[in-house]
Amino acid sequence: MTHQLEIRNLHATVGDTEILKGINLIVPRGELHAIMGPNGNGKSTLAKVIVGDPEYTVTQGEVLVDGQNILEMEPDERARLGVFLAFQYPVEIPGVTIANFLRLAMQARKAEGEEVSFTEFYGKLQSALKTLEWDESIVERYLNAGFSGGEKKRNEILQMLMLEPNYIIMDETDSGLDVDALKIVARGVNSMRGPSLGGLIITHYQRLLDYIVPDKVHIIVNGKVVQTGGPELAKKLDSEGYDWVKELATA
Amino acid sequence: MTINPEVNEINKEYEYGWSNPERYAVKAPKGLRRDVVEMISRAKDEPQWMLDFRLKALDIFYSKPMPTWGADLSGLNLDEIYYYIKPEGANARSWDDVPDDVKQTFERLGIPEAERAALAGVGAQYESEMVYHNLKEEWEKLGVVFLSIEDGLKEYPELFREHFATIVPPEDNKFAAINSAVWSGGSFVYVPKGVKVDIPLQTYFRINAESSGQFERTLIIIDEGAQAHYIEGCTAPAYSSDSFHSGVIEIVVKEGARFRYSTIQNWSHNVYNLVTQRAAVYAGGVMEWVDGNLGSKVTMKYPACYLLEEGARGEVLSIAMAGRGQHQDAGAKIVHFAPNTSGTIVSKSISKDSGRSSYRGLVKIYEGARGSQTNVECDALLLDDEARTDTYPYIEIEEKDARVGHEATVSKINDEQILYLQSRGLSEDEAAGLIVRGFIEPIAKELPLEYAVELNRLIELEMEGSVG
Ligand SMILES: Nc1ncnc2c1ncn2[C@@H]1O[C@H](COP(=O)(O)OP(=O)(O)OP(=O)(O)O)[C@@H](O)[C@H]1O
Ligand SMILES: [Mg+2]
Repeated sequence: MTHQLEIRNLHATVGDTEILKGINLIVPRGELHAIMGPNGNGKSTLAKVIVGDPEYTVTQGEVLVDGQNILEMEPDERARLGVFLAFQYPVEIPGVTIANFLRLAMQARKAEGEEVSFTEFYGKLQSALKTLEWDESIVERYLNAGFSGGEKKRNEILQMLMLEPNYIIMDETDSGLDVDALKIVARGVNSMRGPSLGGLIITHYQRLLDYIVPDKVHIIVNGKVVQTGGPELAKKLDSEGYDWVKELATA
Repeated sequence: MTINPEVNEINKEYEYGWSNPERYAVKAPKGLRRDVVEMISRAKDEPQWMLDFRLKALDIFYSKPMPTWGADLSGLNLDEIYYYIKPEGANARSWDDVPDDVKQTFERLGIPEAERAALAGVGAQYESEMVYHNLKEEWEKLGVVFLSIEDGLKEYPELFREHFATIVPPEDNKFAAINSAVWSGGSFVYVPKGVKVDIPLQTYFRINAESSGQFERTLIIIDEGAQAHYIEGCTAPAYSSDSFHSGVIEIVVKEGARFRYSTIQNWSHNVYNLVTQRAAVYAGGVMEWVDGNLGSKVTMKYPACYLLEEGARGEVLSIAMAGRGQHQDAGAKIVHFAPNTSGTIVSKSISKDSGRSSYRGLVKIYEGARGSQTNVECDALLLDDEARTDTYPYIEIEEKDARVGHEATVSKINDEQILYLQSRGLSEDEAAGLIVRGFIEPIAKELPLEYAVELNRLIELEMEGSVG
């Protein structure tokens, strides 16, 4: 079995509009790849198609997780395979505490008849909260309800630490974070890094990539990967902007 | 124990739909008639004033038209109902004296375990009579009274007569008149001055016979500075013909007292549930209604707080869930008679399939009730396109120095929320269930833990397979 996330010639539409126009990407476990590109060019769409948002229709191509095509699976089956998206805009679920939700999400990954034990849950929670420098009282709050932008992002990382995915997709987790929070979030991600974790980090800014150094950088323009390179590519975008890549896309 | 196959369809997820064979000491003939009223009074060996009261109420009932402003009651045929059924072995103090089949019924419903658990006292009503009532000794010693309403009338005639029908008179509405004529069963509670009963009293209501009615009458008096919490639960078998439940609950909350009345109504989907609940609240007293309406075919129920003296406070928290063929017309009534009185109404409804839920609420502030205020919040959640919800807020303010706030929201289960939860590993059904639980959480958290768990469990049962 190939331990990688592979996206093959992926086309996706919303209504009559094609947004993804043949994306090709391979992310082996052990690597984190940055995805960059101008606004409105399909980065979030790619992330949501991978997790199975029914809003989008896949018209061509495949998404393979460890060799298995996941496109016919429900979003929860994909999650149980170890795919995790830290959303660009996490939604609010009033009345459901983070603690309760985390327990249910952990339980959902267990085999029939197996229970999440209190020690397992509480032990993980303690260490995740410590990494994120968050007070325990946060887990008694309702999921994202009334959270600041930064708190919502941090909460995505809390879930990621608790659920221990194999493939993470972070959609602009850095936007809206102050400098200190950015470091904390990066620390959380780096603490999970290792040979069994792969992932995509969608961002507009080099400053996140200073902390989470990517193995590769891909640029998406108009629904396609138009350029791939090493960490230096992100630095080039930071100083020169996107004009030159947009030209690549039309060339 | 049998389940009628015809109603199996609508009651397919109703777990309390079985019934016992009928064995009764007394079963009055069908219909609301003078001789039935006299028979009830005779069976209870009542004083003359009560028989007179019943007969007057019967006349009031005849003179009042059926209400047409609320839910559709055209399917309710009052002539086809049995108004009085006395089970064998009514009114035991010891669980051992309750007849076996009745005992088994309540055992299946978990009642004796509930008593052993954290309850101060337990009552059980089967058909028209309380079959069991018991208060733990420690509370009895403090002078707390928890009896069937009949025993209340016998043992505390003066206290009873001082308050009975003063809060909900028979003239109030047609169903209060029916109840006043044929009432039977219910609780009589008195908590003496300053006594704080810190664990709940509970009564459980069960209708067993087909086409029957239950007309319990409850009178609760919380004396100055006292506190208590009373919980009622109800179920019935799933018959194809309709049953009828019309209770009257009267509550007196005296100066500085505090009382909460919680209901988890889970009648089978063939029951018309038309109930009048009202509390009179005196200076600085606090009355809270927590009302969960999950079952029944039609419910019309608007728990009321009459804030009679300065500083009185009333709260109504209600949850309604309406599925296929159900109409929950529920709400609240807060009436301010005195200065600096305050109220809160929080109503949450969930509708699915062709179910319909309506919020109907009255807030009235009389002239002179200066500095008074009530806030109303009603939120409706629709689970699909067939479901329906309406809001009928009535606000009457005669006093300039008073305020009523009203906020209403209607939402549909949101696809983005479902995706978010699914992307963390929850199935679509689990995700929808969790969102619904979150929606009612502000009310569920007011219930003792076991009841909150039960409420959530009932809602989950109703929710199964409802999204997609
Ligand atoms: N559900 C939708 N309905 C209609 N249009 C959509 C929908 N989702 C995405 N789009 C459109 O698809 C295009 C790509 O959107 P997407 O969110 O993937 O961009 P992005 O690259 O993530 O941009 P940003 O950097 O601003 O986050 C945009 O034009 C957007 O308006
Ligand atoms: Mg985006």
